[in-house]
Amino acid sequence: MVPLMEWVNIILQGALLGGLYAMFAAGLSLIFGVMRLVNIAHGDLIVLAAYLSLLATDAFGLGPMTSLLVVVPLMAVIGYTLQRGILNQTLGPDLLPPLLVTFGLSIIIQNGLLELFTADSRRLQAGAVEVASLHVADGLSIGVLPLLQFVTAIAVIAVLQLVFYRTALGRAFRATSDDQDVAQLMGLDNRHVFGLAMALSLAVVAIAGIFLAVRTNFDPAIGPARLIFGFEAVIIGGLGSMWGTLAGGIILGVAQAIGAQLDPGWQLLAGHIAFLIILAIKPDGLFPKVQ
Amino acid sequence: MAPILTLERISKRFGAVVVATDIDLALGDGEALGIIGPNGAGKTTLFGIITGTVAPDAGRVAFDGTDITRLTPERRCRLGIARSFQIPQPFTGMTVFENLVVAAAFGDGRGERDVYADCAGLLQRCGLADKANRVAGSLTLLDRKRLELARALATRPKLLLLDEVAGGLVEHECAELVALIKDVRATGVSIIWIEHVVHALLASVDRLVVLHGGGFIAAGDPHIVIRSPQVREIYMGIAAAEP
Repeated sequence: MVPLMEWVNIILQGALLGGLYAMFAAGLSLIFGVMRLVNIAHGDLIVLAAYLSLLATDAFGLGPMTSLLVVVPLMAVIGYTLQRGILNQTLGPDLLPPLLVTFGLSIIIQNGLLELFTADSRRLQAGAVEVASLHVADGLSIGVLPLLQFVTAIAVIAVLQLVFYRTALGRAFRATSDDQDVAQLMGLDNRHVFGLAMALSLAVVAIAGIFLAVRTNFDPAIGPARLIFGFEAVIIGGLGSMWGTLAGGIILGVAQAIGAQLDPGWQLLAGHIAFLIILAIKPDGLFPKVQ
Repeated sequence: MAPILTLERISKRFGAVVVATDIDLALGDGEALGIIGPNGAGKTTLFGIITGTVAPDAGRVAFDGTDITRLTPERRCRLGIARSFQIPQPFTGMTVFENLVVAAAFGDGRGERDVYADCAGLLQRCGLADKANRVAGSLTLLDRKRLELARALATRPKLLLLDEVAGGLVEHECAELVALIKDVRATGVSIIWIEHVVHALLASVDRLVVLHGGGFIAAGDPHIVIRSPQVREIYMGIAAAEP
């Protein structure tokens, strides 16, 4: 019998992990919301960001957190270029072309990373902060890194929410998402707006990628699984709702943590089962955006 | 006076359906032009060609002295062309005020803070001031039509294209709208207005053209055009021989 405090601990750790999943999901949700593009390469872009951070820490001797200053703008530029150069051409009434192209992109990124970095598992070293923890109660402590990750996730979601509802850029996103053709007639250049949305999405991806790289080992092949976690968090939370996405990430993280406690092999399965149950009960997710 | 808008030999067909054949049109600066014609005559397509959402098969569009035939819709909007849709298409997930702010900020290349006052003024003029913070998707038809017009005006157009704004309105609403459009005209905005509510047009435009079979079959003084036997036959389905 696992003592109560142990369960509190498990749920807490799961919730903190959920912050990372919410960051995986936020960029995905943003892109789907603005341009109805399902980015199959999203997980691989997270891994790409992790490797870019590895390069930055190796080459310039930066710490993982300071490497954000390089990797976030770099990923944003990659995002804008990718959107203007390739993805804009695939957008249209048919949802299939962007799916196929991002699927191809996913394979290209995986194999490119494999070629450059080999299949070896890598990890970002964050130093003392990795093992630091806060003692909360007897038998309950919170790792500083998971906590930082969770707080960052909340900050990212809050900033996205603010951008969407309080800035000209956000209104451009929402107007374009609402009706592309009319938005154009109001002077909005869709191609540019989509480019900016992808830039913002990959900026979030960069943050998520670095936290992933500090938290666990990574190799070029782990992208698709991150994509699935992101998808599940978005769907659980309800499409179009940023705070819902955070809730979705937390639910997924908690389910995985409980699963892992029951049996280490059950970690991922428990997450997927939680996802399926919610999908069956509330197909629109827990907090669908009312239109 | 130099025309603000010129269409030269514009042709457009969708498959076998011809909607424009060698259409020529010059709109004077500050002029208000009415367009009538049977359903399917290509009136709305003509708006698409002017705003850039429909590419003509042949011909040239010039606005304010520059050739805009190949410009994107957003560039044309920023040059000063705005349109309203027959079926209002507000950004339904945004508030009424936000709808205007987007149009004003991006359609006219201004910062958001610089447009707040103008947008508030426009809402007042268009009778939407008390609904500024309502989500546009929750508006009634009349209010959606008002928003459609307000949003087009927010881009500070030189040329305003109105697509059946009076349709579906009751008499006093229609009169209110005509007054508003006259008011807009008085500020120097040129107008092309497609309308089935003929009396609203007659009260507001300088010139009337009739679009039928891909071309203008009549043009001139609104009251004379509307009484011509040919127009009565084609447009209103009244036989010319009838007394």
